[in-house]
Amino acid sequence: MSPHSDSHGHGHGHHEEHNHGSLKSYTIGFIISIILTVIPMLVVFNGLMSRTGTLLVILVTAILQLLVQLFFFMHINEGEKPRYNVMALVLGFVIVITIVAGSVWIMSFNSVVQ
Amino acid sequence: MQQHIVSPEVHEHHTQEQESLKTAGFWLFLVSDTLLFGTLFATYVVLVGHTNGGPSGKELFEIPGFVASTFLLLTSSFTSGLAVLQMQAKKLSGMIFWLIMTLLLGAAFLYLEVTEFVNLVHEGANIGTSAFLSAFFTLVGTHGIHVTVGIFWCIGLIFQLRKHGITTVTKRKISNFSLYWHFLDVIWIFLFSVVYLMGVM
Amino acid sequence: MLDSIKDFAADFFVTGDPLIYGADVSIALVSIAIVFVLTYFKKWKWLWREWLTTVDHKKIGIMYLIASLLMLFRGGVDALLMRTQLALPNVEFLQADHYNAIFTTHGTIMILFMAMPMMFALFNMVVPLQIGARDVAFPFLNALSFWLFLMGAMLLNVSFVIGGSPDAGWLSYPPLSELSGSPGVGQDFYIWGIQISGIGSLATGINFIVTILKMRAPGMKLMKMPLFSWSVLSACITILFAFPILTITLALLFLDRYFGAHFFTLDGGGMSMMYVNLIWMWGHPEVYIVVLPAFGIFSEIVATFSKKTIFGYKSMVFAMMVISVLSFFTWVHHFFTMGSSADVNSFFAITTMAIAIPTGVKVFNWLFTMFRGRISFQSPMLWTMGFIPCFLVGGATGVMLAVAPADFQYHNSYFLIAHFHQVLIGGVVFGYLAGIYYWWPKLFGFKLDEKRGRWAFWTWNIGFYVCFFPQYFLGLDGMTRRVYTYGWDRGWAALNFTSTIGAFMMGIGFLFQVWQIAYSVRKGERATGDAWGGNGRTLEWSIPSPPPVYNFAVVPQVKHADDWFHVKEDKAKGIERPKQQLEPIHMPKNSAIPFVMASFFFLVGFGFTFHWTWMIIVGALGVFGSLFARSFSYDVDYYIPVDEVIETERKLGRSY
Repeated sequence: MSPHSDSHGHGHGHHEEHNHGSLKSYTIGFIISIILTVIPMLVVFNGLMSRTGTLLVILVTAILQLLVQLFFFMHINEGEKPRYNVMALVLGFVIVITIVAGSVWIMSFNSVVQ
Repeated sequence: MQQHIVSPEVHEHHTQEQESLKTAGFWLFLVSDTLLFGTLFATYVVLVGHTNGGPSGKELFEIPGFVASTFLLLTSSFTSGLAVLQMQAKKLSGMIFWLIMTLLLGAAFLYLEVTEFVNLVHEGANIGTSAFLSAFFTLVGTHGIHVTVGIFWCIGLIFQLRKHGITTVTKRKISNFSLYWHFLDVIWIFLFSVVYLMGVM
Repeated sequence: MLDSIKDFAADFFVTGDPLIYGADVSIALVSIAIVFVLTYFKKWKWLWREWLTTVDHKKIGIMYLIASLLMLFRGGVDALLMRTQLALPNVEFLQADHYNAIFTTHGTIMILFMAMPMMFALFNMVVPLQIGARDVAFPFLNALSFWLFLMGAMLLNVSFVIGGSPDAGWLSYPPLSELSGSPGVGQDFYIWGIQISGIGSLATGINFIVTILKMRAPGMKLMKMPLFSWSVLSACITILFAFPILTITLALLFLDRYFGAHFFTLDGGGMSMMYVNLIWMWGHPEVYIVVLPAFGIFSEIVATFSKKTIFGYKSMVFAMMVISVLSFFTWVHHFFTMGSSADVNSFFAITTMAIAIPTGVKVFNWLFTMFRGRISFQSPMLWTMGFIPCFLVGGATGVMLAVAPADFQYHNSYFLIAHFHQVLIGGVVFGYLAGIYYWWPKLFGFKLDEKRGRWAFWTWNIGFYVCFFPQYFLGLDGMTRRVYTYGWDRGWAALNFTSTIGAFMMGIGFLFQVWQIAYSVRKGERATGDAWGGNGRTLEWSIPSPPPVYNFAVVPQVKHADDWFHVKEDKAKGIERPKQQLEPIHMPKNSAIPFVMASFFFLVGFGFTFHWTWMIIVGALGVFGSLFARSFSYDVDYYIPVDEVIETERKLGRSY
């Protein structure tokens, strides 16, 4: 029943000491997230940029905020090594991008056909 | 539990290892959930232009509503983090307080979403109006269902906390809940960006 | 009152077909017989305590195995019905709509309710034993996965006698599968059957990834792990990423049918090709999910029966991981003819062909392992030897299909049918059968009879080629899939007739296997722990057959890849590993929740199929209630005391 892989070799009971962030890191993450939310809002609501520029700002701030939350809130840089969760997440993102971009690319035939 | 067969320390050791497995499994669940939303995003992006002569996002989306939703959920993500901090400091009442705050913010978010949906339906924009609206309601609604499930889960956990206090098991449960809640916020960021901001630009 | 009941029954039950009345009668008789036997021998309590509530991976594996063999029978009967209909031109054995239903259920059952559970059977039967663990990471979830699978399978199968079978093809392309094309309930059975079992599959994927990554015996570094466990890891990674896509795709189809959404409809701006795009994003990885464990099985068997270390271990691992990732980048080759741009088709043609490279590496590794080995040809090795040429031809015709311009000729013809049966039967079925023969003695404690096994092997194998080789030529002659009859003027009669003979030979092969099992239960040779002549190489052969509930009395300390082989070598040289201290063993408690929860899922699915809101509500409340019941139960484990372990081991002939 019990897990006993080599990844547990370096001492037991260390789950206790996991330091899942501090008030400081949560607050910093929260503030950066707010800023990253406000930036694209300002750009979109005030029409500050061209269409392509706006799209770029929206996507870049969204991805930055994803990273901020992953590091400051979800603490993916902590935890036991090897970090299988990070590997799974990265592969997951690659496949999500494939699904979304692939679908758009493949389904673009429709605009030709219609 | 048959502690008389093994010492409490040994049992605690087994429990801890068991709980660490569950956290690992929960991360994988979140990754699979990412794929779930990824597929919905793909569908939305492909179908966003298929309004079938009906209204588009630009005509339908109310800016104050989705801006308020965004900040509510972002703040609730922060408060769920604060609950985890209280848990690490072994402060049960503080922890329950922040969990309840998280719940309330989540409920407010849901209220806004339901109001939005009801308004849209009254304007004649429902799931059967066009492919675009099918994709919109499904994508946003799936996120909403996740939030709803999260709220019930959290209520259940608060009862367990009151009964058992902060133990290895309840700690793992709360940590996973907070991961789930942060995850929902991350998904919302993309909903906010891809559906709403790109919809109204 | 009576009339309304009559009306309801006429709608509810499938009527009017003698074949189905026959099935009704046999289902009723079998059910009565089961109830009678259980009551007569007072086995209800035993059934509940030992099986329905078990969380033991070995028992769950056995239940998966039984279910998958039953499904193999049902899918096989479907296949024989189709081949009978096609044996000669203008046969009037089946009607067109009945034929549609049969090819639909044949495909759906064989992939989702035969191949998948047989794969999960092998995962459960072998992986924990092979990595030196006492159970999987989440035994409760494991039981839930099984019951979800079973309820999903039942939901699809019940459509046969209640409401009507799905008949829009095994992947149910819209618009045919939309309400406009399939107004009956068959399509809803299909959606909910797959949805419910799909949740179970995803959970199993997560379960085994965590099991393999976190629960290996101390010292078993990943690169010392047996190749079957590696193949399970790669398949589970693919499950993790692929199954959510299936869930969403079918959910969208459900929304179209139930709530009038317009994802894939012809009107309202819907886009039916988007469904095809999405379903193959799951569908293509799915075929790799089922074939990767087969690769792992062959790797174990080839090494054991050649009495050599596997050739190119690292390249084997690398090839499997490459296949599991690359499988997500090839899906368009299933619809080259859609009319996408040349860029799209070229890209996916190249990625498809690229997969042949790691697969080829594996074939060479197996051959080099056999090279100069002292090979013993027992059942598992026979099926492995049968697999290699078969899969090679299937792979080669796959590369032919991958050539996008040429695919316009092959698409949806019998050439395609022959190709995918060649990789799925030659690769997956032969692989799983080899695995079942190989690990059967470990799980059941007796060997399967070799003589009847040989007859089964040869009828299966010869039958396979007789059945499917003619289909390549039928495809090239212009016969398309899913036609229910054809005229004499086509000139397809001889090839079709040959093909039908082959199909029945495979059916006879299956009967030989049933006989083989029945015979061996009574007369089979008792299996020792190291059941294959003491040639086992991995940890599962170091423990008794069948293993005790806790598998390992002490958790082994691993030093090498193929550790058990090295333990035996050392022992021959007089070097013994130090005996380890016994400790109380931590085990999970049985639980009724998985069975109950899956039953409620069944109600949800059935309710949605028939639009019975009350049943959906009852089911959904039951599901959430079960979730809460589980979340609130804290007494979920127990310890086996040392004395009891010593006593159990003594009975198994091992002293501590």
